Amino acid sequence: MAEALAGFAAAVVDPGRPVPAGLTARPGADLGRRLAVYRNNVTVGLVDALAAGFPVTGRLVGEEFFRAMAQVFVAWNRPSSPMMFEYGAGFADFIAGFAPAASVPYLADVAALEAARTAAWHAAEGPALAAAVLARRVAGWSGEALLAARVTAHPATRVVASRYPIRSVWAVHQGDDPEPAFGGPWQPETALVTRPAGEVRVRALDPAAGAFAAALLAGASVGEAGAAALDEDEGFEAGTALVMLADAGAIGDMEEARG
Amino acid sequence: MAAADIADRFGPDPVPARAGVGLKPQHAAAVLGGRPDVGFFEVHAENYMGAGGPPHRLLEGVRDRYPLSVHGVGMSIGGPGPLDRAHLARLRTVVDRYRPGLVSEHLAWSSHDGAFLNDLLPVPLTEATLDRVAAHVDEVQDALGRAILVENPSSYLAFAESTIPETEFLGRLAERTGCGLLLDVNNVRVSATNLGYDPVGYLDAFPVAHIGEIHLAGYDEEVEADGGRLLIDAHGSPVRPDVWPLFRHALALAGPVPTLIEWDNAVPDWPVLHAEAQAADAVLAGFVGGPRRAGADRG
Amino acid sequence: MKRRDVNAVLLGSLVTALTAAAVQAPALAAGKEKCYGVSLAGQNDCAAGPGTTCAGTSKVDYQGNAWKLVPKGTCEGMELPGGRKGSLTALERDVPKG
Repeated sequence: MAEALAGFAAAVVDPGRPVPAGLTARPGADLGRRLAVYRNNVTVGLVDALAAGFPVTGRLVGEEFFRAMAQVFVAWNRPSSPMMFEYGAGFADFIAGFAPAASVPYLADVAALEAARTAAWHAAEGPALAAAVLARRVAGWSGEALLAARVTAHPATRVVASRYPIRSVWAVHQGDDPEPAFGGPWQPETALVTRPAGEVRVRALDPAAGAFAAALLAGASVGEAGAAALDEDEGFEAGTALVMLADAGAIGDMEEARG
Repeated sequence: MAAADIADRFGPDPVPARAGVGLKPQHAAAVLGGRPDVGFFEVHAENYMGAGGPPHRLLEGVRDRYPLSVHGVGMSIGGPGPLDRAHLARLRTVVDRYRPGLVSEHLAWSSHDGAFLNDLLPVPLTEATLDRVAAHVDEVQDALGRAILVENPSSYLAFAESTIPETEFLGRLAERTGCGLLLDVNNVRVSATNLGYDPVGYLDAFPVAHIGEIHLAGYDEEVEADGGRLLIDAHGSPVRPDVWPLFRHALALAGPVPTLIEWDNAVPDWPVLHAEAQAADAVLAGFVGGPRRAGADRG
Repeated sequence: MKRRDVNAVLLGSLVTALTAAAVQAPALAAGKEKCYGVSLAGQNDCAAGPGTTCAGTSKVDYQGNAWKLVPKGTCEGMELPGGRKGSLTALERDVPKG
């Protein structure tokens, strides 16, 4: 049994292999065409899963290119679990190294944004610390304590930094417009993905706020994250950024540093 | 078999012998807002194995209003290797959370060497396979603390080494493990055409006493080089005309059974899907009072 | 900036914004309807991602050659700085083993 199935599995994932011995169907059937049904189901099913999870990536390059690109990804990246919503977590990194897509330099980052949305959609529940609650909590803290404080990100929060305006490009692709117009300036955007009240939302942050969000939500202190942001832009306003993060539902909790 | 025993084995909130449909997120507003008259909803277990978020809000809303059936597509109980314990634990979490009236899986395999192949692949129907599948079904039922249903596959190829007819294989599996059976009538149509046997004869040989649910769906059709037909279990169209008579034949043998309309690709607007379920309900209504079968009776 | 100055700048901004925020009404969209995965054109709030299927397909496209294709989607209309556009010339490379 194990040998028969191993041979079947090898033939299903490699269209170059012949039909394994020991298979039958109705008299006169084309066994190669029959095996191709299973090959299609496996590969097309995974390509369809990627198409479902990366709709804007697909629109940017067109269906034919997307499906061909996805097939290469599928050939090299079989899913390890039956949970299809996890499949494609490595797709953005793959696109970044996929030479035929090199002239769409923002494509991988848009794919990363779409993967972040799917991850946020399925992430665990958790409390979100509202801006007013956060502000009242820290009102009595010393300056040192505030700068040393760290936050816990809400489980659904994701940050995708890019040198390209990925949130804006993504946003103009939400309708059915066959030629969506991107009129804004071609400037870097960090996408902040959150899930307030059960909805996945995407905000565009400038590079300084993006650096602050990425560092703070990854565990840096307010002071460390703020210093990183000031490196990007001397006009960065940490208070505005912190309130914005709380308003977006990105912060689960914020505690005064101990010790 | 005592009714209380059936309720105990199949869960606390039975699925009625009516037509149900697969739950699709695009129908969320129609279902939760319109409260349509539908016998039950069925979901794929794997789509609700995420930690949280809107999918669970939707399913909680549906579960509050309708009987629920959970259909697994990834347990690979026909596979040669051990079951994926992590996946089994995830299935248990879904079942414990939603307490569905029915839980089902497939006589098929889909994982090999740690890779998930995303299709329901055929098994050789031999004594060795029966031993393996029975052990896997026992393991799943022990982990879940309840009986499951096992579905007959749609086949495009078969193994020449097979020695046991599929109907006998499923019957012996049910006898050995106490599992019920999910009779997919469209799969019978597809497999009978593709492998060259009589679908009515298949139904006549089917161990109908173990049927806990029926699936109906649409197939796609190609013509092969020799002029013969190749049917593909595509779930992307209405139930085909030559499947309805097989459904009636199955009900004549088994009595009314919870019956799912599977429509997973090119999903239509809600009224189209609902009308398909109503058509199945009309057929079911003609068989009320028929023979008993496992799983569908209330205690 | 010196570290002391950095901290002073940060604290100035933090105190100002947080003082204002402490008396704000909650900004979260608490009253909005729950989103169950309905993704309508033009509405960006939902992201279901891929789901499983137990269905087969009659499509046949497992032998495409991505290395000979060029992107032909909306990227062609996206103007990059310097007048470049998002599409590209074909790159040749050996077809990977399937």
